[in-house]
Amino acid sequence: MKDLFQGYKGKALETLKKYNVRVWGKANIKTTRGTFNGTILPRSENDDDQHIVLKIETGYNIGINVGTISDMKETGYKKANYKVPEKEFPYTEGQPQVKLFGTGGTIASRLDYRTGAVIPAFSPGELYGSVPELADICNLSTEKVFAVFSENMGPKQYIALAIAIGKEIENGIDGIIIAHGTDTLHHTAAALTYMVQNPPVPIVLVGSQRSSDRPSSDAALNLMHSAVAAGHGDIAEVMVCMFGPTSDEYGFLHRGTRVRKMHSSYRSTFRTLGDTPIATVTQKGVKPIKKVYNHRRKDRNVKILPYFEEKVSILYYYPNMQPDIIDALVACGYKGIIIAGTGLGHVNKPVYPALKKAIEKGVHIFMTVQTLWGYVNMFVYDTGRDLMALGVVPLDNMLPEAAYIKLGWTLGQTNDRQKVIEIMQTSINDEITKREPYNGYLVYQGGVPEVEQFVKNFRK
Amino acid sequence: MSSKFDPQKNYQQTKKQVGYMERQQTAPEDYRRIGFMSGLEVHQQLDTKEKLFCHCPSGVFHRNEAYNAEVIRHMRPAMSELGGYDGTALMEFKTRKNIIYHINNETACTYEVDDTPPFKINPEALGHALKISLLCNLNIVGEVHITRKQYLDGSIPTGFQRTAILGVNGHIQLSNKKVNLIQLSIEEDSCREIADIAHNRWYKTDRLGMPLIETVTAPELMTPNELKEAAEYIRYLNRSTGLVRTGMGAGREDVNVSCKGGSRVEIKGVAHNKWIPELSHNEVFRQWALLHIRQLLKERFQKEEWKMQFQQLDLLEYHFSYQPLLDCRKKEHQIVAINLPGCKGILSHFTQPGQMFADEISQRLKVIACIELPNLLHSEQFENIVSKNDFDKIRSKFKASETDAQFIIWGAVNDIQTAIEIIEERFKMIFDGVPNETRKSLANGTTIFERVLPGADRMYPDTDSAPIPLSDEYINTLQANLPEETYKRISLLKEWETPIDSHTFILSKNLFPVIQEIIERFQYNPKRISTIFGHTYKHIVGQYKVRSEFNYRKLIALFHFIHEQELHPNIAPYLLPILYQHPSMDFASMLTSLKFKKRSMTELIAPIDFLIEKFREIRKTDDPKDAANWIMGQLHHQAIGNIELSDLRKNVDKRVL
Ligand SMILES: [Zn+2]
Repeated sequence: MKDLFQGYKGKALETLKKYNVRVWGKANIKTTRGTFNGTILPRSENDDDQHIVLKIETGYNIGINVGTISDMKETGYKKANYKVPEKEFPYTEGQPQVKLFGTGGTIASRLDYRTGAVIPAFSPGELYGSVPELADICNLSTEKVFAVFSENMGPKQYIALAIAIGKEIENGIDGIIIAHGTDTLHHTAAALTYMVQNPPVPIVLVGSQRSSDRPSSDAALNLMHSAVAAGHGDIAEVMVCMFGPTSDEYGFLHRGTRVRKMHSSYRSTFRTLGDTPIATVTQKGVKPIKKVYNHRRKDRNVKILPYFEEKVSILYYYPNMQPDIIDALVACGYKGIIIAGTGLGHVNKPVYPALKKAIEKGVHIFMTVQTLWGYVNMFVYDTGRDLMALGVVPLDNMLPEAAYIKLGWTLGQTNDRQKVIEIMQTSINDEITKREPYNGYLVYQGGVPEVEQFVKNFRK
Repeated sequence: MSSKFDPQKNYQQTKKQVGYMERQQTAPEDYRRIGFMSGLEVHQQLDTKEKLFCHCPSGVFHRNEAYNAEVIRHMRPAMSELGGYDGTALMEFKTRKNIIYHINNETACTYEVDDTPPFKINPEALGHALKISLLCNLNIVGEVHITRKQYLDGSIPTGFQRTAILGVNGHIQLSNKKVNLIQLSIEEDSCREIADIAHNRWYKTDRLGMPLIETVTAPELMTPNELKEAAEYIRYLNRSTGLVRTGMGAGREDVNVSCKGGSRVEIKGVAHNKWIPELSHNEVFRQWALLHIRQLLKERFQKEEWKMQFQQLDLLEYHFSYQPLLDCRKKEHQIVAINLPGCKGILSHFTQPGQMFADEISQRLKVIACIELPNLLHSEQFENIVSKNDFDKIRSKFKASETDAQFIIWGAVNDIQTAIEIIEERFKMIFDGVPNETRKSLANGTTIFERVLPGADRMYPDTDSAPIPLSDEYINTLQANLPEETYKRISLLKEWETPIDSHTFILSKNLFPVIQEIIERFQYNPKRISTIFGHTYKHIVGQYKVRSEFNYRKLIALFHFIHEQELHPNIAPYLLPILYQHPSMDFASMLTSLKFKKRSMTELIAPIDFLIEKFREIRKTDDPKDAANWIMGQLHHQAIGNIELSDLRKNVDKRVL
């Protein structure tokens, strides 16, 4: 019964019921503002209960205030069938075998009438239906592991993915693509770097900043780039594949531990911090930027380490932070804390006693920098030395998010303080680098003539 | 069939068979006979400070070269809300265009290039658009829903236009009939095109996102003149609010035309209303011609039977002298000949003045296959570009019959493939009648192919924005501040005996409220005042450049001054040019510059006796009327601003005659 009135509630629902008009029913509505004709559409649950949504003949949607309605008649009924043609992926002899794991997110989403927003709902098969060019790149098989928004990805999903990847590698796959929402794409990339070690094939995480229901979506190009990287690329690492520039030109392959989403809406939002991306990718192929990377191998010697301790937190330091925050975390049973400290890795004196108490209780506390670029250095100032004396351990230039994921993964394996520190400080794939190249930090500012010249001529 | 086929003769003959006539010779009955039917989509920019969905300034424009950055995009078709792909969308995808946007930091932000979601709709623009909706007698919606309307030509970087319906089912009152309005929407304006060459198209983003309204009439306009009247009416109505932009490109019309048995064809972006009659006239006859072509071909074939042949040509085998063909070797382009069975006489069939059916094909090749013009040679061209020998050789390769026609096309391999598909598709369409399409208007009143006409299948709710409720209180406040309806203005102008030739100027410049206020406040003669504006002021506007300090309140202030100083309003035509050029000057100084002095009638007629004497000395005739005229001429200047000239004349006549 409720399905007849999708999303309607309160007054609007009463009105529909009163006049016996269903969602997807064609209606003639008389109101104090005149007569309206059209098809009743579902209403987003978060919108008010004062209006009915109508699709008029010209294809536009309008809302009618139920308070103005004096009469209403259903004159027909036609339910919309929103479905992308789901096609089986064609097999081409001699092309690499690539597996695409669907997890949800904008790259695979469509309209949801319930919330009025986009929801993850395209099956990877449907995805092929809208990007047939994929068939020219590889033989693709798909599997929907789960359908959640990026922000709902968590330890359970990391572990499930790592295990699924391990199986695929064992079965001889040539490359793996993971379609993922962008918001926490870099968290998952870091998690898979730690959980899937020494992979013989590329593992490429991909998303899109504009959903595939838009003509200017970056989804199709990102998918094609990731298929090239996974099927044909020589870089056998966990990588993020997203737009290089904001233009439809080329993609970057970022190392899973050094990448971060840096803009809430730009297409070129993912950047490698403190280093260069590993490579660029176009439909023609992968072009390495870095000289050193893990090459594709024939063997299947991958190590799957699917562990995670959920009681880990990240603390973004701010002036006047009160010690009770740390006490509260300890009281709640947190076993590890990553601090994103100021400058070279600092917090203020009043929290010292709380940190000391926490460490004495066995909580593992590590220091990263909220400047994102640069190294933690706790020797330069006394404050840093004091913190180290308390037992706060510096993590060099590990990004706070990469550190948070790593601590969860580490504490999933051991609680031994020495071992935890050793694992945390031993780089698996560049989450800590020994040096920062000069071109690892490039945040140029507009207004400078030389920069403006560069932007006009090169930054598309 | 004669072996000496004369394409020129065929063109003239088919023009006659179609029954094409000049517009001036075409009577309403003729339009009724061929079923002329048309409607309008009138686009009008709103006058607001900021754009519709971001806070960039509205109405600031740049030269083509003035840009700070470029963004490149490609558009892919996306599904509509109801789960279909739009025909145009798929066609545009075929064209594989690189769309390059020029961005100037002053007028475009990350929203315009689709790197930031929309901000809340500009309330100023919404208010303006609702006022106009109310004036159009539309049923105002209870809640505004932003919808995405797909455009894959690249004119909007998102690939869709954000647009929303504000009202439906309205009407306007023309001189002889009531015309229904389907709807009025508020939308963001698109980019301005800089160039379109082969696979690249450039746009600038200054106009992109400016608030715009679109008023859509029902297809109820039955002659080209009626169509123009409706366009003019809607323009006056929009301008009567004083809330819209004027000037180049601020108002544009899309004209939908069809004939009996034809299809809806949309002539896009008509910049001047005066072009509408000729464009719609030619379009309805173009459709009539296409139906004639269908009849000719149907007499020869069933749609399923008709099949064309094509083959690649080797330059070495022929003696072409046409440069574009010779260039193909260097460019590694393909040359392909196409045989069109039974199509003799079709290629050179009349479609529009100066255009034949082959041009329809050529224009599609340019737009869809991205092959630049000239892109086609054929067997029915007026001039012989390919020798008879070469054509004979091509015909023999196809074993073509005498009733066939041939094309030669050339271009990059991929584009040629698309081109062959397009040609086949277009010839098959002949059997179905007139293809739905949008066409670009040319200044000579003809049109060229622009795109396949999009359907309702390209609409999608905008998931980035929430619905906006419109309360009764809000609508009532807007309603309270509306100008009178435009048809009432037109009938008042008639009542005032305003010269008919000045109605357009007064309504389109929205001078009506100015004139009305002057008449009502100062009790001047309506005919005099409206004539001053319709003639003198119009002349001034055409003559001088407007100053930024000038505004309509100053016009009213001038008449206020005349009234207050108890001057005669016949001085206004002398003061207006000064005011227009020096809007900051005070009125007293203006009078001084005219050497004006206050004089009574007695003072003015005092020198008449003296002047009569003077005229006797210099007279060339004895006619007393000449004397009166001469004396009037002598007194005219002093009288202006003091008395009615006809009163002075009476006094002069009394003394002279
Ligand atoms: Zn903007």
